Amino acid sequence: MNRIVRILLGFIVGFVAGIAVLVAVRVLLGLTPMPATLAPVLFSGIGFAILGLLYGFEPSLGLTRGFIGMAIAMIVGVVAVTHFRRAMGLDPAYALEPAWTMAAVLGPIGFMLGVGAVTDWLKWIFGIHTPDQHGPPEGKPAWTRYFGFDQNHKVIGIQYTVTGIVLMGLAGIFALIFRSELAIPGIQFLALDMFNSLVGLHGIVMIAAILLGIGGFANYLVPLMIGASDMAFPRLNGFAFWIAVPSALLIVAALFFGGWDTGWTGYAPLSVRGAMGVNFFMIGVFFFGFSSILGSMNLITTTLYMRAPGMGLFRMPIYVWAVLATALIQLTGTQFIGLSFLMVVLERLFDLGFFNPAEGGNVILFQHLFWFYSHPAVYIFILPGLGIVSELLPVFARKPLFGYKWIALSSMAIALMGFLVWAHHMFAAGMEEALRVPFMYSTMLVAVPTGVKFFSWLGTMWRGKLSFPTPMLFVLASIAVFLIGGLTGPPLATVPTDLFLHDSYFVVGHFHATMFGGFVFPFFAALYFWYPKITGRMYNERLGQIHFALQTAGFYIMSLTMARTGLLGMRRRIADYDPDLGIQNLHIIMTVAGFVIFFGVLVGVYNLIVSARKGEVAAANPWGSRSPEWQIPSPAPEHNYEEPFEVVGEPYDYGLPGSVYVDMHPSGSKTAASPAH
Amino acid sequence: MAADTHAHEHPGAISPAKRLKMNRVGLWLFLLSETFLFGGILVSRFYLWGATRPELNQNLGLAVTLILLISSYFMYRAETAIKHDDRGDFLRSISVTIILGILFVAGVVGLEWQEAPIKPFTGGEFGIYGDIFFFMTGMHAFHVVTGVILLMIVAYRGYKGHLSSENFWPAEAAAIYWHFVDVVWVFFFPALYLMGSVVGPGH
Repeated sequence: MNRIVRILLGFIVGFVAGIAVLVAVRVLLGLTPMPATLAPVLFSGIGFAILGLLYGFEPSLGLTRGFIGMAIAMIVGVVAVTHFRRAMGLDPAYALEPAWTMAAVLGPIGFMLGVGAVTDWLKWIFGIHTPDQHGPPEGKPAWTRYFGFDQNHKVIGIQYTVTGIVLMGLAGIFALIFRSELAIPGIQFLALDMFNSLVGLHGIVMIAAILLGIGGFANYLVPLMIGASDMAFPRLNGFAFWIAVPSALLIVAALFFGGWDTGWTGYAPLSVRGAMGVNFFMIGVFFFGFSSILGSMNLITTTLYMRAPGMGLFRMPIYVWAVLATALIQLTGTQFIGLSFLMVVLERLFDLGFFNPAEGGNVILFQHLFWFYSHPAVYIFILPGLGIVSELLPVFARKPLFGYKWIALSSMAIALMGFLVWAHHMFAAGMEEALRVPFMYSTMLVAVPTGVKFFSWLGTMWRGKLSFPTPMLFVLASIAVFLIGGLTGPPLATVPTDLFLHDSYFVVGHFHATMFGGFVFPFFAALYFWYPKITGRMYNERLGQIHFALQTAGFYIMSLTMARTGLLGMRRRIADYDPDLGIQNLHIIMTVAGFVIFFGVLVGVYNLIVSARKGEVAAANPWGSRSPEWQIPSPAPEHNYEEPFEVVGEPYDYGLPGSVYVDMHPSGSKTAASPAH
Repeated sequence: MAADTHAHEHPGAISPAKRLKMNRVGLWLFLLSETFLFGGILVSRFYLWGATRPELNQNLGLAVTLILLISSYFMYRAETAIKHDDRGDFLRSISVTIILGILFVAGVVGLEWQEAPIKPFTGGEFGIYGDIFFFMTGMHAFHVVTGVILLMIVAYRGYKGHLSSENFWPAEAAAIYWHFVDVVWVFFFPALYLMGSVVGPGH
């Protein structure tokens, strides 16, 4: 049967089966066959429809088995809790929140069992040795490895990146929906709860997408750049990617359980009182944390122990420094968002009082715990992006990177200082007043290492031989856009001005500029730059330029207008505004600009998809890069380097006659390939 | 093991000695991460309780602390034994560790949770004493239970003869993790039982 027919059939059969399963489980539990609200029906129907779709696509994929495992585990969770409550004599036996919370906890475990991410470890317990897996699974087409558990860092990198782009698109759609609602005053088509949920979803799904995008490039590039055959812990690497998938599913599934009103920050006490969706959101984020922690542990170990001979720390590619700094934050800070969300879920389930002043708790504690991760998280998002900017500029300026050591150390400095600034989010929250001024100063101090980067970029470009292919365009836009983010920062770090600007659209403009300049633009720069490495083909330059023009123009208009409406009195996270503020035209401009950005990204994604098949075959080293990953065939072989290379010089001495970074054939046969220059 | 001899089958394969080094670093990085988790829990305790604490059974607290500290000695003994190929001592010592670990959980969850004058779910002005107490001991006990499970797996591997002075990493990893959980309790015990003046129901 045709694959498309099977997919459609699977979708429809799945939807019907999902409703049938729901009715069957409810009858089994002694409930009325149909629930009072439509949401569980839709949840079950759509969930099983996606499962059916995947099954129709290819039944033997790891992803399909993961979905089946997750569905079974969630049903087991609901049934087990209901039976437990009945045995304990609790009334009612079926209670929505405990039952589905257990389902949300067991779901990812079922997924991981199904996808096969823990199979080797379970076998190990019984003394069955499983060798490292190399190459595509036996007896299956090569593409299937991208849809299942795989240990190769390049496969995992692509899995991360593609999942990240998919989630980015989803989060973009969420934004466009509530952005359209805001285009004119009054409530048009979105219920207030739905508006709030979409704002929260846009935030957290974007964050998930960014973390996946970062993980994607870090996984793909770090082993290649340092001359390793793979990551230090390949199985753990696969695990860290796949745990992110059920986590993202749980977060989106929150929509079916009343959504959540709090935005992505999940502040208590609103999150304690909110709908059931809060639990799905928070448990999803909790499991996502495993991905961050285990992934960063892997990256740090790889960077410290698997570098090529001669590659001292200060001869690593500058991007690897950025990833190392990022990984240190992810490894440690992530525990705090997990802790704060865990405490909210426990407070909801067991009626505790951590954040309830009536029981001796304290609401501010939540914000301290939450921001202790979530501010450094901002540096998780931007540091790899800034690393990509520093990595690509010398290639396109044909000049050495200005102040290599300072750039490397400034990444570390940002990572460490990031842990000392969290309370600047709480100036208006009723926090201990003595903390305000110290946190104001520490926040301002972050501008110093960030400034080091800006001056280095300027110094690198100064009198360089600049060329402007698409990756370079995105690099330059990153610098320009990140500067807006940087300059709108100090008014928010200063206590008196922040008290006025707090929770206004000025803040929205500020952090969108940092996220676009620090992640989105560098991410696309990296995608275009390493595209020939990953696929072996060239993207379409003209489409790349169109993508660049739409995204950059759209973004400038959007973020500057956001900041301006904020100064004129527009509040964040509010579904409506007073027409008398005189900001209606600005809202229409912002909305149009948002659509322009989305359309630009669509052009980019179209370019990447189509060029993978029809693009010109890329030259071996199209950018004239000195980095070792460009001295081997594209796409890189399964184990990267046939022979370990040796680092014999500085990484970024572009344009210096006679300088060499890597010797690809240290054991002789020098004539086989001339060193890169 | 036989499969290890084929480790050099592809370019860039990792030698067993380097593999051991990286395993150790990876585990320590994971424990660094866990330190932030338990650090955050301690911060919450001091933020909410300040210089006060609830009334708890001091003898029971001391008893479970001693049990856990002694268990760390036997874990160290088990680890050293397997590194010297003394399988008998390894199995004896790790069994004692497992029993002591179970005793610790039984003491905290089975006795202290029943006996403590503060109960969770009660609400009221002193509700936070019960909440934090149960959260701290619960999170720690969860890690002890996972530790016991790891120890059981390692003991099983040792019983089957899979561990030796050549292949001792599983035992060493479980031992490091066990000591870590022990050290966490060394910080939790004074934070719960010793620091601050007693307040709460009955005072």
